[in-house]
Amino acid sequence: MTGTTATSAQTTYREAIRESIRDAMIRDERVFLMGEDVGHYGGCFAVSMGLLDEFGPERIRDTPLSESGFVGAGIGAAMGGMRPIVEIMTVNFSLLALDQIVNNAATLRHMSGGQFGVPIVIRMATGGGKQVAAQHSHSLEGWYAHIPGIKVLAPATLEDARGMLWTALEDPDPVLIFEHVLLYNMQGDLSPDAGPVDISRAAIRRPGKDISLITYGGMLAKTLAAADDLSAQGIDAEVIDLRSLRPLDMPTILDSVTRTRRAVIVDEGWRSGSLSAEISARIMEAAFYELDAPVSRVCSAEVPLPYPAHLEKAALPQTADIVEAARALFGENV
Amino acid sequence: MPQLGADMAAATLTEWLRKPGDAVKHGDIVAVVETEKGAIEIEIFEDGVIDKLLVDPGTKVPVGTVLATIDGDHTEAAGVSTAPPPTTPTEAAPKPAPRPAEAPEKPPRPEARPRSPADRIKISPAAARLAAEHNIDIRALAGTGPDGAIGLTDIENAIQGTASAGGPEDKSTDTPGAAMRRAIAAAMSRSKREIPHYYLSTPIDMTRAMDWLEEANRNRPVTDRLIYSVLLIKAVARALEEFPELNGFWNEDEFRPARDIHIGWAISLRGGGLVSPALHNANRMEPDPLMAALRDLVKRARAFRLRGSELSDPTITVTNLGDQGVETVFGVIYPPQVALVGFGRIVERPWVVDGAVQPCRIIQTSLAADHRVSDGHRGGLFLSKIDRLLQEPETL
Repeated sequence: MTGTTATSAQTTYREAIRESIRDAMIRDERVFLMGEDVGHYGGCFAVSMGLLDEFGPERIRDTPLSESGFVGAGIGAAMGGMRPIVEIMTVNFSLLALDQIVNNAATLRHMSGGQFGVPIVIRMATGGGKQVAAQHSHSLEGWYAHIPGIKVLAPATLEDARGMLWTALEDPDPVLIFEHVLLYNMQGDLSPDAGPVDISRAAIRRPGKDISLITYGGMLAKTLAAADDLSAQGIDAEVIDLRSLRPLDMPTILDSVTRTRRAVIVDEGWRSGSLSAEISARIMEAAFYELDAPVSRVCSAEVPLPYPAHLEKAALPQTADIVEAARALFGENV
Repeated sequence: MPQLGADMAAATLTEWLRKPGDAVKHGDIVAVVETEKGAIEIEIFEDGVIDKLLVDPGTKVPVGTVLATIDGDHTEAAGVSTAPPPTTPTEAAPKPAPRPAEAPEKPPRPEARPRSPADRIKISPAAARLAAEHNIDIRALAGTGPDGAIGLTDIENAIQGTASAGGPEDKSTDTPGAAMRRAIAAAMSRSKREIPHYYLSTPIDMTRAMDWLEEANRNRPVTDRLIYSVLLIKAVARALEEFPELNGFWNEDEFRPARDIHIGWAISLRGGGLVSPALHNANRMEPDPLMAALRDLVKRARAFRLRGSELSDPTITVTNLGDQGVETVFGVIYPPQVALVGFGRIVERPWVVDGAVQPCRIIQTSLAADHRVSDGHRGGLFLSKIDRLLQEPETL
């Protein structure tokens, strides 16, 4: 690597998040990180490795195994003027803090008549594929996307891993960031001057004209691979990365579907009552007459995610499933 | 949707004159359709009770589309319907196929899967909207989308198909005149492309016929007077009785003589264009009823209010351009007919009759005929026969 700032460097999703935390800590002394094992251990997924040494125990705080307790503490700190980053190991464990997130963080601005905001950022890992079984592998971010009063983000690229945190910290209300467990090791080039990004718009990761594949987070890579496979079969797929699960960037989705007239939503969550169901319904509501085929979905099997590798793989959406769902929308015209 | 002329691929149903439950009998007018030749009344050819109307007013459908189903005496579909009979087990055998004009051998979209009226058609919202915008009849389409649903591709293909088959049919912004022009263009192009015409012409002395006509008109009120066109039509129709090879249709490399003689009388329309509706069984009509029929036909043609059978039935065309002052007509056959008889202006000429020159009223009579079906020898005999008949006007 040379000294010029324009040269991009090999990095990982994990390092990009770590860099975003460092950046935020340096930018604003009100920012601190707390969670289980984030200090001495360096984080369950090694995201905060080295930060304790750099910023000290006041700002990199290990907490007891009490999600409700430390999320509540984070909410209190945020109301008191701090800018806490709270890390929860996985979304499954966040359910212990559901009361704090849904009843407090999401509602206090409303309940206080605008007197108090809760500018907290809560990061957590989500998703399956690491053989850690049913209590550590689920994708429940769609539940949080149900709740008014919070924003829900899903960085799927190095740029978003690096850039979403600061923008989220600047938001006056709670923001949840979901990091898919399979992304932490994702490698790629990231410009050294990569910085904050917007957190309100979906991104078209691959333009196409025949079908819109709508996804986010951990499913983006599989969806892009599916688009490549489809391209070889003569179907030009557009891939939309939602980035923000709440609010949803419907203009981008509807514009895409209006052009392609077909949509497949790829969501690692279960299909029943899911984010994919919501997106499908909104497409139907707003773009029904543009559709040339029913909106289709690729979701996880409706089972607790299995431990055995082959069963886990079978339960999660795979590239071939996406290809198959997309092709089905073309009937005989493929 | 009956085919009201060889050049018609589709038409718009504009009005139902009967509703489900109405009893109808052969010849009743049940609907009005809009073609490039104007509004055409659709007659029914079966007796029965209207069961279901399958096409909504304002819908453009291809020829061969089932417009309605009729419960006949044997509780089966019939009439303008070519639908499969309802599937009641007690049902009688299907009736013979309807006459050709109502059931073209070749449906416009042979790939279409038949659907029973009760079937709900699967079509994507985008395709449904496009179909509505272009008046595409989705019942005639086979879906190639998911689950066999009709998709945009199918509608786009149908639009293209309609455009290439009928060309004119699909431009909704057309003036009626432009649509008719294109219809004539299509028919005449086909005629000159496919039909090896031969032409014969002969002068016919109309003196006796005109004298007879003046005598016949002498005591009639103006409104009941005969015009000489009636004599020409009658003479052609009677002559055709002996020349079946000039009366009928060339279809699919084969000539089929027509059983009846329906003279298609060319009527030019104000604002351009022409139609040649049928005077049915003209050979068997007396001059007075024929005159009445002719008056009625011209009036309705100019009001764009002809009946379907009048457009589809002519077995030959007769045109009289004498009013325009021309002496001789060189006709272009209207496919799938195989002959056209043309009359020019009646001119007074010095003529040798019985060895003496005398003034005679002469009309140039021409025949354009399809050489695939008839030859000049027979064509000549046909013109001679017309001549002989016109010399005996009282027998017409």
